[in-house]
Amino acid sequence: MTPSDLRAAFLDELTTIAPDLDAESIGDDDRLRDDLGLDSIDFLNLVSALHERFGLPIPEADYPRLATPAKAVAYLAEMLAL
Amino acid sequence: MPSLGADMEEGKLIEWLVKPGDRVAKGDIVAVVETQKGAIEIEVFEAGVIAALLAAPGETLPVGAPLARLGEADEGVPPTAAPPRPDAPKAAGPPVAEVAGKPVAEPVAAALPVGGAPLLASPAARARAAELGLKLGAVHGSGPGGAVLLADVERAAIARPAPTASGMDSRPKGKPGLDMVEMRRAIATAMTRSKREIPHYYLCHEIDLQSAQDWLTAHNADRVPDQRRLMGALLVRATVRALAKVPELNGRFEAEPYAPSAAIHCGLAVALRGGGLIAPAILNTQDMDLDAIMTAMRDMVARTRTGRLRNSEITQGTITVSSLGETGVDALVGVIYPPQVALVGFGAPRLKPVVFKGAVQPRLAVTVSLAADHRISDGRRGAQFLAEIDRFLQEPESQ
Repeated sequence: MTPSDLRAAFLDELTTIAPDLDAESIGDDDRLRDDLGLDSIDFLNLVSALHERFGLPIPEADYPRLATPAKAVAYLAEMLAL
Repeated sequence: MPSLGADMEEGKLIEWLVKPGDRVAKGDIVAVVETQKGAIEIEVFEAGVIAALLAAPGETLPVGAPLARLGEADEGVPPTAAPPRPDAPKAAGPPVAEVAGKPVAEPVAAALPVGGAPLLASPAARARAAELGLKLGAVHGSGPGGAVLLADVERAAIARPAPTASGMDSRPKGKPGLDMVEMRRAIATAMTRSKREIPHYYLCHEIDLQSAQDWLTAHNADRVPDQRRLMGALLVRATVRALAKVPELNGRFEAEPYAPSAAIHCGLAVALRGGGLIAPAILNTQDMDLDAIMTAMRDMVARTRTGRLRNSEITQGTITVSSLGETGVDALVGVIYPPQVALVGFGAPRLKPVVFKGAVQPRLAVTVSLAADHRISDGRRGAQFLAEIDRFLQEPESQ
């Protein structure tokens, strides 16, 4: 899986839990909470979906590493040892 | 057309989820109506068999206008029940090509999945499909459970011939999905009524959340995401439990004399990305433990985002909890959502210098506020209520 595949997968899950976001207009450095308006429940739903998709545990201590799409893709790549 | 709020005068039928001859049970979802609060699923009030659909998707009807005729369950239904009226000319954009050439008797419901399974779609997708005159049932959904998303509608729109310009909806588009002007109007109506009719009083109290946070962190550490608990659910659970001690804060003041509600339908204020908010209620929270509330909150927020709230959820709330979450400010002092009689506001939990066991320590704390109807309760009772919330949050393991 290439970084761009990972990015697409991440945006896919993000726009599934937040269907009013348009994948085209999401910036890599947009903060999920402050810029894209995810609340704590949206965020948990996203973590849960990523857990299902990639089989990663994603503990709460790692949540700051999912703060933006760019950070999240880097985190997923690292955890998947890509 | 049911009333989905005191301020609602009309609603637009988006789609039917049943067709003539379908058997329905009380509470089944039969239609989707677009309101100021977005697309709302309409539950049927009684069991029976759909005898006729009296309104067509795209039609705007006043509250009280019949949408369909319901027959007795054992009553034979003629196979050719009255067809829905064709769309009003200016209702829903240009006719879809495949429908245009057919007689109006072609039942609209024919496009629905067999068995009338609910058609999932986001509010943005519904609004765009209506604009384009696309049938949602004909659009392939790529969202959760096959839900139709905005992108699916756009794809389907590209895949079909361009519509004629004459029928295009010329309304200015803001944030997709909801008519923000209408939502603003609905909030204005409800809040103006609240401030005009309800003599509010307000109380605030700071609660030490460190024990609760430590307990949550320990609980969540070795659990998969689906089993994790959030502070927001703990706050709702503590609020619901505290109502047992001050039950008069839970109810709907719709007629004299006021009677509190035994059931606690706890509304959750959910802020929408485009602005505005909706406060759908989780029904019967008095019977739910913390994990059940957690599950219900996740489901409710997800359905608020995808536009699958039900009319019971937006019309039966008995109290509302508004929580700013981690990124907000110190305190939220709310406006009661009429005809409810209390609103509980939680600011953002923050590390604050707290005197704990005789020494100042950095501890997580939150300011909780109560806005309550002074016709129903007084400050002393309100204070007991906030103190009770505090007490439950000091012993989270009792949740």
